[in-house]
Amino acid sequence: MERNDRNPSNGRNAVEVRGLVKHYGSTKALDGVDLDVREGTVLGVLGPNGAGKTTLVRCLSTLITPDAGHAVVAGYDVVKQPRQLRRTIGLTGQYASVDEKLSGRENLYMIGRLLDLPSKQAKARADELLERFSLTEAAKRACMEYSGGMRRRLDLAASMIGSPAVLYLDEPTTGLDPRTRNEVWDEVQRMVAEGATVLLTTQYMEEAEQLAKELTVIDRGRIIARGGVDELKAKVGGRTLQIRPSDPAELAAMAQAIREAGLDGVAGAQAVPDEGLLYVPILSDEQLTAVIGLLGVRGFSLAHVSTALPSLDEVFLAITGDKAAHHSDQAPQEVAA
Amino acid sequence: MSTTTLTPAPAGSADTTPARPAAEEGRIGLRANLRHIGALARRNLLQIKKDPESMFDVLLMPIIFTLLFVYVFGGSVGGSLGGNRQDYLNYLVPGLMAMMGMNIAMAVGTGVNDDFRKGVMDRFRTMPIARSSVLIAKIVVELGRMMVAIVILLAMGFALGMTLGTSLLGLLGAVALSAVFGAAIMWIFIVLGLAMKTAQAVQGMGMLVLMPLQFGSSIFAPPTTMPGWLQTFTDYNPLSNLADAVRGLMMGGPVADSVWVTLAWAAAITLVMAPLAVSKFRKKA
Repeated sequence: MERNDRNPSNGRNAVEVRGLVKHYGSTKALDGVDLDVREGTVLGVLGPNGAGKTTLVRCLSTLITPDAGHAVVAGYDVVKQPRQLRRTIGLTGQYASVDEKLSGRENLYMIGRLLDLPSKQAKARADELLERFSLTEAAKRACMEYSGGMRRRLDLAASMIGSPAVLYLDEPTTGLDPRTRNEVWDEVQRMVAEGATVLLTTQYMEEAEQLAKELTVIDRGRIIARGGVDELKAKVGGRTLQIRPSDPAELAAMAQAIREAGLDGVAGAQAVPDEGLLYVPILSDEQLTAVIGLLGVRGFSLAHVSTALPSLDEVFLAITGDKAAHHSDQAPQEVAA
Repeated sequence: MSTTTLTPAPAGSADTTPARPAAEEGRIGLRANLRHIGALARRNLLQIKKDPESMFDVLLMPIIFTLLFVYVFGGSVGGSLGGNRQDYLNYLVPGLMAMMGMNIAMAVGTGVNDDFRKGVMDRFRTMPIARSSVLIAKIVVELGRMMVAIVILLAMGFALGMTLGTSLLGLLGAVALSAVFGAAIMWIFIVLGLAMKTAQAVQGMGMLVLMPLQFGSSIFAPPTTMPGWLQTFTDYNPLSNLADAVRGLMMGGPVADSVWVTLAWAAAITLVMAPLAVSKFRKKA
């Protein structure tokens, strides 16, 4: 795949991954992954469950050894210099990596000590981070009594103790309710504002949009698209128009009518007979009006019309042109951004 | 964007060239290592403090075993020793001291297995600490638990009328030898704990191995009345050596051979199992 030449020449890469491969038996969790994260930026790695996101993060944080390829993080080779690398990274996983029996303060103090902070400083740093992540009141309670959001915040705090140059966030809000999700997003945005380099994996387009400017889309261990958020959004049409015809039998004819009409900027239409829906990626209200207008003029009767923000599925629809691509055995089409 | 906004970190700036020659750079020094072990041992102690029930085994095992064996078997075994229940007490308590380490070692295996199914291990393994320090901290704390069990056992023994045949020095030697051998056995159970899927499996496997080793030894009864093939087994069983050594150190009699053989076993087990445990710990995905 082509190297990403979008990087301005002055931005150095904090993370460089080339041809990374990790197999589990016959499963190719990572099948030749290339990616770069510039210093001080957030790269969103977007992909469905089982795409290889967590395997990627585990390789880059020295938890597992890749079978082939290489990766350099903050100047250190992940395979050859794991000890040095561990001084410069922080990891917050999908599952909170704190000791459940210990309190929030005890956890942070322990991590400070393991990072060679003198006792006094470790205490001060723990209190500072508890304050910052709004955990001061819960500081003395055992973590097993924390809510999901509190645990995740404590986990972020734990990752921040050593002021890591590169932070991996592996699905930081999976399983959290919307309010808690916003709290975590706020914290991540603050860390980035303070200069951290972040590699974020997520299943949610919305999350990637919120936190990252650059995106890499990964599926079945391979990069299938990369580019700026706006670019990918343009590709998926920003929104997806969902049209339910009165007569499901007309779905195919409607899709064909839209494709043949060649409306400006309307990339395509996808009929999904199982759902009785027609999906049309659109970029603007004008296109929405044009599509509905066209269907009206052609005499189709519509039962229901709605628009939705692009979901990950729609990203795949737009990129691969096949809604079911990542569920079938057929290899995804390579689309360079 | 300016690159100077990067959060300062010890190893500093990101550089796209991977060449950093010194392989020694980043190695963890002895003092740092001890500090890490201390911080991790503190974690294990805090866990015990929050969950006092986890001390039940250590507190009750010596009491129950002593009462059980002395009063159920004491009369008859003591008689065949050419004495009475009191003589059996003097025979049994050193044996139980040797046994205590085994059962606590098994708890280390289940503990490590439990720990691994929690996310905190991922955190430790992405931190700049020696990977062995997590395991060593666990062993240090478990040795502390073993000392508690031994103190209770001795208190129980003396309360029931046990008499020390040697000196305080001999007693301390016996305790130290039990601890050294117990620590070696802990490495075996750490390997088991890392290799097996569930804590229950570790416990089941542990019982399967420990029962024959403990009963097929000189811990509970002198092997002289056992059939020949079993005597051969008990002769080579390291637990017999340990029990004999501890007994000799506490009650008198020749000890040199059994002490050296026990120490040799402990060294051999540690040399094989500790690196294996650390390597399994490192590779565990």
